[in-house]
Amino acid sequence: MSRDFDWAAFLFLLGALRWTIVLSLIAFVGGSLGGLILAVARTSRYVVLRGLAGAYIGLIQGTPVLMQLFIVFYGLAVMTGVRIDPWPAVTLAFTMYAAAFLGEIWRGAIEAIPRQQWEAAAALPLSPGAQMRHVILPQAFRIAIPPTVGFLVQLIKGTSIASIIGFVELTRAGQLIVNVTFQPMIVYPIIAVLYFALCWPLSLAALRLEGRIDAALGIGQRP
Amino acid sequence: MKYVFQFGIVRDHLPELLNGAWLTLRLSFGAFALGFVLAVVLAFLRGSGPRPVRLAVGGYVELVRNTPFLVQLFIIYFSLPELGIRMEATTAALIGMSLNFAGYATEILRSGIDAVPKPQIEAGHSLGFSRLEIFRHIIVFQALRTVYPALASQFVLLMLGSSIVAAISAEELTAVTNTLQSTTFRAFEFYFVATGMYLVMALGARAVLHAIYWVVFERGQPARGAWAR
Repeated sequence: MSRDFDWAAFLFLLGALRWTIVLSLIAFVGGSLGGLILAVARTSRYVVLRGLAGAYIGLIQGTPVLMQLFIVFYGLAVMTGVRIDPWPAVTLAFTMYAAAFLGEIWRGAIEAIPRQQWEAAAALPLSPGAQMRHVILPQAFRIAIPPTVGFLVQLIKGTSIASIIGFVELTRAGQLIVNVTFQPMIVYPIIAVLYFALCWPLSLAALRLEGRIDAALGIGQRP
Repeated sequence: MKYVFQFGIVRDHLPELLNGAWLTLRLSFGAFALGFVLAVVLAFLRGSGPRPVRLAVGGYVELVRNTPFLVQLFIIYFSLPELGIRMEATTAALIGMSLNFAGYATEILRSGIDAVPKPQIEAGHSLGFSRLEIFRHIIVFQALRTVYPALASQFVLLMLGSSIVAAISAEELTAVTNTLQSTTFRAFEFYFVATGMYLVMALGARAVLHAIYWVVFERGQPARGAWAR
């Protein structure tokens, strides 16, 4: 017996939206820590560090997130003989994913800082660590904000695939509701609208910040 | 932790995996071609169409870019049949990937069009070119050159993202891998090898696209370093 899509079902979706947000935030915070380490390693003077960080980023960016998720969820479970909960599996997989992308974005931001800034910092004279912390990173941070916000949108959308291993976030909740209401024409568009309501303001913010920072740095204006 | 890797079983099923990878490639190139053509039309309309059309195109682009691909797929494959539009999983995957790619590519192309110097377009007007002629003869090649690297990365994202169509059971590499691992209980081995195949395809695509860029845009031209990033 089926029931119609009603207010209770909508509230169920909103409740699940919370888990989409929580998962995205955890992955974003964890990914930021990892990404910062990767970005610094990627721009370090040591070849080995640069190589390792580069290999990690290349591996994550060169393979589907879904496969990474499967390896963590099914692969590790089979290998260790312990069935892993979806929760730790998805947070681990998305954190690793976010770290690679944020690391690459921030590397770009660090490298966008003019050479003279490094030279001036070295002339002060600051240690390499202090140069990075007090001179380069604060400037790189500003350049990095718009693409970082843009990536957050990508991350939020990306968490939808956690539904494939049964993690109940917004998309999975939608599937569950469809299973009892048989009204995919109503439910999935609502899911899309909820994601849109979450992501679009962020996208707009990223665009606006980009314009403001371009103006501040004197880079060509958008028409 | 006592686990013995058995990659032999993966070798036995290699033909199935390669079949899946072949469908992944066909879907990716098919969606790229369809999506790109659609994106060129949309980018033209967005820049030169009447106001309602411009707004509609803008809305489409924002909608595609701010909702998950998986949900878009679900709408195409599960919702549309309620309206009597029914299709096979592979077709739905191809359409979903094309529409998704078109959304991103439209935005990328638009940034390339915006980057074409205005005086060139004014020159086109003074030569009596129509909007379409200006688009075809003045804008397209230059814009493509500007946006090529971004389009190339977007293509790689498209190919990797295609693994998601396994969720509607289009039998590409990920879906094939899922089936094999669940019948053989060799999850790690199969996912490991399939992930490697994706990596090879992604790196291969990147190399080929880079080579094409060099042949089309850079050979015999002064160095510009559009790839320097």
